[in-house]
Amino acid sequence: MPHSYPALSAEQKKELSDIALRIVAPGKGILAADESVGSMAKRLSQIGVENTEENRRLYRQVLFSADDRVKKCIGGVIFFHETLYQKDDNGVLFVRTIQDKGIVVGIKVDKGVVPLAGTDGETTTQGLDGLSERCAQYKKDGADFAKWRCVLKISERTPSALAVLENANVLARYASICQQNGIVPIVEPEILPDGDHDLKRCQYVTEKVLAAVYKALSDHHVYLEGTLLKPNMVTPGHACPIKYSPEEIAMATVTALRRTVPPAVPGVTFLSGGQSEEEASLNLNAINQCPLPRPWALTFSYGRALQASALNTWRGQRDNAGAATEEFIKRAEVNGLAAQGKYEGSGEDGGAAAQSLYIANHAY
Amino acid sequence: MAYQFPALTSEQKKELSEIAQCIVASGKGILAADESVGTMGSRLQRIKVENTEENRRQFREILFTVDDSISQSIGGVILFHETLYQKDSQGRLFRDILKEKGIVVGIKLDQGGAPLAGTNKETTIQGLDGLSERCARYKKDGANFGKWRAVLKIDNQCPSHLAIQENANTLARYASICQQNGLVPIVEPEVIADGDHDMEHCQYVTEKVLAAVYKALNDHHVYLEGTLLKPNMVTAGHASTKKYTPEQVAMATVTALYRTVPAAVPGICFLSGGMSEEDATLNLNAINLCPLPKPWKLSFSYGRALQASALAAWSGKAANKKATQEAFMKRALANCQAAKGQYVHTGSSGAASTQSLFTACYTY
Repeated sequence: MPHSYPALSAEQKKELSDIALRIVAPGKGILAADESVGSMAKRLSQIGVENTEENRRLYRQVLFSADDRVKKCIGGVIFFHETLYQKDDNGVLFVRTIQDKGIVVGIKVDKGVVPLAGTDGETTTQGLDGLSERCAQYKKDGADFAKWRCVLKISERTPSALAVLENANVLARYASICQQNGIVPIVEPEILPDGDHDLKRCQYVTEKVLAAVYKALSDHHVYLEGTLLKPNMVTPGHACPIKYSPEEIAMATVTALRRTVPPAVPGVTFLSGGQSEEEASLNLNAINQCPLPRPWALTFSYGRALQASALNTWRGQRDNAGAATEEFIKRAEVNGLAAQGKYEGSGEDGGAAAQSLYIANHAY
Repeated sequence: MAYQFPALTSEQKKELSEIAQCIVASGKGILAADESVGTMGSRLQRIKVENTEENRRQFREILFTVDDSISQSIGGVILFHETLYQKDSQGRLFRDILKEKGIVVGIKLDQGGAPLAGTNKETTIQGLDGLSERCARYKKDGANFGKWRAVLKIDNQCPSHLAIQENANTLARYASICQQNGLVPIVEPEVIADGDHDMEHCQYVTEKVLAAVYKALNDHHVYLEGTLLKPNMVTAGHASTKKYTPEQVAMATVTALYRTVPAAVPGICFLSGGMSEEDATLNLNAINLCPLPKPWKLSFSYGRALQASALAAWSGKAANKKATQEAFMKRALANCQAAKGQYVHTGSSGAASTQSLFTACYTY
């Protein structure tokens, strides 16, 4: 077994590790603002706004014009390709505005799911072709991290061994290519909450999936200290009749991670997957109060759970932009506290905050 | 993917987890006194003592009847089959003596190496046949943990993919069977120090081996919280011309571990693999002072590195009992301190303690 082909030099490793640590610095998490054009269509139609490039630009401007208060709770923002090249009303690139706040810029690089023939509706994710060249360009254009989402689902016979293996492999290839181009890969093996399975089942599946992911990352010589993990929390399926407390979710989640995620990984940034804004914050908080030893940062990479109230307040009206931005800052600060186990709950269930954001079989 | 076939009940998990934690609590480590008859032969030959059952019994008696304070440094003792049923000169069973001292009794379970055809003289380990029945019997007879040593070597084309897969798989089968019978499995994937490779190469190989081991343990549904790991430290090969400090060994070792060993594993008890007594202690101490995240206990499971001075002091003579016990106690205490990062090198080690204990291609 040769070792004489190191994938990365010491300088490359240091750069990657420094980027990862900046993103998940204490109290900070990620704003996932990388909704594809198709996903934005769904979001905007819910508030009666037309899905045009200009409206998408205006909406992202609402988020990115947040003031310095977000500096202490947002470590990274994930962009969609289009947004990386958009500018605000003053002609300043969004990338520039975000970087000037000391926030790391990230880019979604996968190209969506495709079916795995011979399975029960399972998928893998495409996007590897020309990925190295794309990463090199994105790095030049200001991105220092990337994100790639794989999707698995729980049912009678899924996830199948093939789905687990194939998605783990494709995640590892993506991660390897990113690192070659100075980009920190966020590895996202999402297990959807669709279904009526209980918490235990989700925990079991999550452990199997994560074990496969980390074996694949090892096989592909990925430098773990220069990666982040974006998993689902361990939760029951949406149609499960049993209710669980945030503490139970926290215990199941942290247990699954402790059994599979090597301590070398600097941070775990949970996806919100349709949880309401408040639920996502309460669960993250409980996770950070869980009594089990946790050697990685445990924080957020939220899309819907950071933006729902903002989107609802904006409703496509420029006049509402300021108030909408405030809603976003509020959720960002709350999650910054939750990432340290210091959030005390809202006390009152805000309209959009508690509303479940679940969309069946969510794909971008 | 079904989970409704849990391998263990909550009670079984609790028992295993408590045994494991008890062994490595508070800086305690393991005395590996499980040398097979053949291996004891090599040991005794060095001090010119005949390899009879009585001589083996006498030496073990001296070690086990040491003062009760030994239980502050030694949490577990691994025995060979013969020794589990031997008694001291008053007719008390060794296993009862150890139990009374609060030391957990363990038993070597593997049955030695077997060649892997088509490889560069690589091996797998035998012992799975009837293992469940043997475990049940040993559990009745007072054992609470088991040990199984797999061997990998660094050489031309080695370790091969097959050797890694096969040894990881047998380790996982062994671990699974142990847990079914209430025994905590110590998982030992030793990458032996034969060769002239440098430390970096050893680190690379150790990471690949450990990644495979933990994937196999996961595949076999082994409960990590109820296991212990017994790995090699990451060192250069014995014939390497490069010299490394304990701090370098520590950094390479902890780096390899934190990239592969999940935090759920309660303890890592290093093998000494031919290091001198003093080096084994100094390296363990440096490991415990290493600034990287270390969510598991980092302790010892030493054979030669705990017994070399004791054997030399004994030389087969009953009159040397006190000196033998003192020599043993001294190393036990030193390693307990090292397991807490508190060892202070006195500089006055005896000849035996600095003498390298390396035996080429060490097998039982």
